[in-house]
Amino acid sequence: MTESVSPYTDRRQRHAADMMGMYLFLGTEIMLFGGLFAAMALTRLQHPAEYVAHSRELHLWIGAWNTVILLTSSLFAALAVHAAREGAGRAAARWLGATAAFGLGFLALKATEYTLEFREGLLPVTGGDGALSEPVQRLFMHLYLVSTGLHAVHLTIGICVVTGLAWRLRRAESARAIPVEITGLYWHLIDVVWVFLYPVLYLAR
Amino acid sequence: MSTTAEPPAETEEERVSYFRSGTSLRSWLLTTDHKRIAILYLLSITFFFFVGGLAAALVRADLMTPAPDLMTNEGYNRAFSLHGIIMVWFFLIPSIPNTFGNFLIPLMIGARDVAFPRLNLLSWYIYMAGGLFALATLVLGGVDTGWTFYTPLSSMYANGSVVLVATAVFVTGFSSILTGLNFIVTIHKLRCPGMTWGRLPLFIWSHYATSIILVLATPVLAITLALIAAERLFGLGVFNPALGGDPLLFQHLFWFYSHPAVYIMVLPALGVISELVAASARKPVFGYEFVAGSSIAIAVIGFLVWGHHMFVSGQSVYASAIFSFLSLVVAVPSGIKVYNWTATLWKGHIALDPPFLFAMGFIGLFVVGGLTGLVLTMLAVDVHVHDTYFVVAHFHYIMVGGTVSAFFGALHFWWPKITGRLYPLAWGRVAALLIFIGFNLTFFPQFLLGYMGMPRRYHVYPPEFQVLNVLSSSGAGVLGAAYLLPFVYLLWSLRNGAPAGPNPWGATGLEWTVASPPPEHNFAEIPEVTRPPYDYEIERHDA
Ligand code: HEM
Ligand SMILES: [Cu+2]
Repeated sequence: MTESVSPYTDRRQRHAADMMGMYLFLGTEIMLFGGLFAAMALTRLQHPAEYVAHSRELHLWIGAWNTVILLTSSLFAALAVHAAREGAGRAAARWLGATAAFGLGFLALKATEYTLEFREGLLPVTGGDGALSEPVQRLFMHLYLVSTGLHAVHLTIGICVVTGLAWRLRRAESARAIPVEITGLYWHLIDVVWVFLYPVLYLAR
Repeated sequence: MSTTAEPPAETEEERVSYFRSGTSLRSWLLTTDHKRIAILYLLSITFFFFVGGLAAALVRADLMTPAPDLMTNEGYNRAFSLHGIIMVWFFLIPSIPNTFGNFLIPLMIGARDVAFPRLNLLSWYIYMAGGLFALATLVLGGVDTGWTFYTPLSSMYANGSVVLVATAVFVTGFSSILTGLNFIVTIHKLRCPGMTWGRLPLFIWSHYATSIILVLATPVLAITLALIAAERLFGLGVFNPALGGDPLLFQHLFWFYSHPAVYIMVLPALGVISELVAASARKPVFGYEFVAGSSIAIAVIGFLVWGHHMFVSGQSVYASAIFSFLSLVVAVPSGIKVYNWTATLWKGHIALDPPFLFAMGFIGLFVVGGLTGLVLTMLAVDVHVHDTYFVVAHFHYIMVGGTVSAFFGALHFWWPKITGRLYPLAWGRVAALLIFIGFNLTFFPQFLLGYMGMPRRYHVYPPEFQVLNVLSSSGAGVLGAAYLLPFVYLLWSLRNGAPAGPNPWGATGLEWTVASPPPEHNFAEIPEVTRPPYDYEIERHDA
């Protein structure tokens, strides 16, 4: 293969393009979750009383703690970006490590929550749905599972990327800020999606 | 254009072109050159055009007689579903953007490549992966839901590989998203010095508008298809009333994507036509700002009219009235384009070359398609013609009459640039004319059939409809042959055509300043633009 042609004339141009590409990508993610939010909004409009009743069956406090954890991880991501902009590669790596650790914490708590729901018979999967008696309840829990599940998939990808980046920067004296900034943006999006999922699902009680 | 008995030898330009920068299969499959990726797309969409075309041939053959003689009901359903799915997602949506857009956008704005060349190649691989799923569906027996996947048919009752084909469309969706993203960033960040927004070719403006839709609408289709798959696989009931869901939600989500998607299919064509009209008239485009702005207006308003597909679905009448009004509004920017093209041609120095003929064909068919759209958006009329052949004719006038004509127009206009060779113009004229005639013969009778009440998606019909159906099917034969014709002389020209030189049409635009075929790096030195767009000499002499 012939070596590829760089489309850029300088680094600033490249940085601007990377940032813009990431923002557009985040736009597509918002539209993707938007379809799910539309489905949840419609379900609530059509079955307001049931929606509220089933929201009460979720573990409010686990969700609340997870919100705290994820928001804190976003703070770490922001600090990593700050460090990278200052050129402090190793500090950035440390903050990124903390970000990933808190992300893992979120996933662990979420897994616990799913397990509890499975035992309570609330999870619409084989063997875990014993307590799901009426259709809207099942629908609500389905929407809950799909949207939090899709969110967890995004978070898992985020953790991998953040960890990889932290590994690369672990001994770096300096750092190119762009990859950290872009990863940070993605992390914040994951956070923001949760910040909407939490009230729509848990706080509708 | 004369052709000698001896095929002309390879030119110096060809020896240093993107075509010769590597000859192994590997050099093609791992290329990040936007021009080579465009060629990869050209080959793949042509393949799918044939697959979709074969399905259409089966449909039209069955409709020759009122009786169900060629296919079973099930087989017929599968034929038209596959036709729609393949043509929409594997031909029309990638057709102009991923081939001509990929090839031309960097050249037109004075860049060496798109902003993310590797992402561009990834996008092709994703498209091919989706295509493999689609072909697998075909081999495993297909689907019978139509391209619209309406629930509860698709989620509960349909037989066949619904999940597989939904996966196919889901996967190619990501190819669309990546391409759109790449184009937007390219157009924003890689314009050469002097290439201001007001100097961008209209082809770029329309691809910019298309890309916005690709990026914002496609994810909604992705999640909708995922929900259908989840419903079939796990019983998620969001579209199932028995489970507390609502099938109308599906229609809202689907058309929230698919109405904008019809503009994904036609906006790039509108951009092509603006280029072809200006080059044929050898004049600046009349009202450049309006033509550019109308592309953006179409993209924005196009997001607000999806409800016109649901007038008889039981949505609120007030919603219907608003959607009807907004659908009238979205026709205005399309009208602006047609008026401006006409004004551009006025007193132009027109040569009856193939690109011009294709452009004329496009304008005529697009006007008929657009005006019948307005007819359909009248609430009372739509109750009568909804789900009839009138609708089928309406959208084929735009998507096939319009976009496919523009695709061939683009092919005839930029072929010398892409390959470095001229093709026989006379044959190009014949093809343009035959496509126009064949198209009208195929689809005009369908307006009449629909108005008389023939529903779409049935292969058994009352005998009094036969004459019009036979006309339509014979037209399809003419159209099919006309589509094949360019393959013959274009491929012939690869070896035997005369070398084109950088600018055979004497057109403006940066792509015509580089050699044909362009060198691997496009521009030895990044150009600087100092003149307004479509700055044709003739106009300046007159002024
Ligand atoms: C001038 C603006 C347009 C208006 C007002 C309009 C209006 C409509 C309406 C009201 C329908 C629904 C008819 C029914 O099912 O009862 C329809 C269907 C359709 N239109 Fe248009 N249209 C316009 C432009 C376009 C364009 C530009 C395209 C394609 C590039 C297009 C493609 C389609 C398709 C594919 C369908 C049918 C979908 C299906 O049911 O399978 N339309 N149009
Ligand atoms: Cu529409």
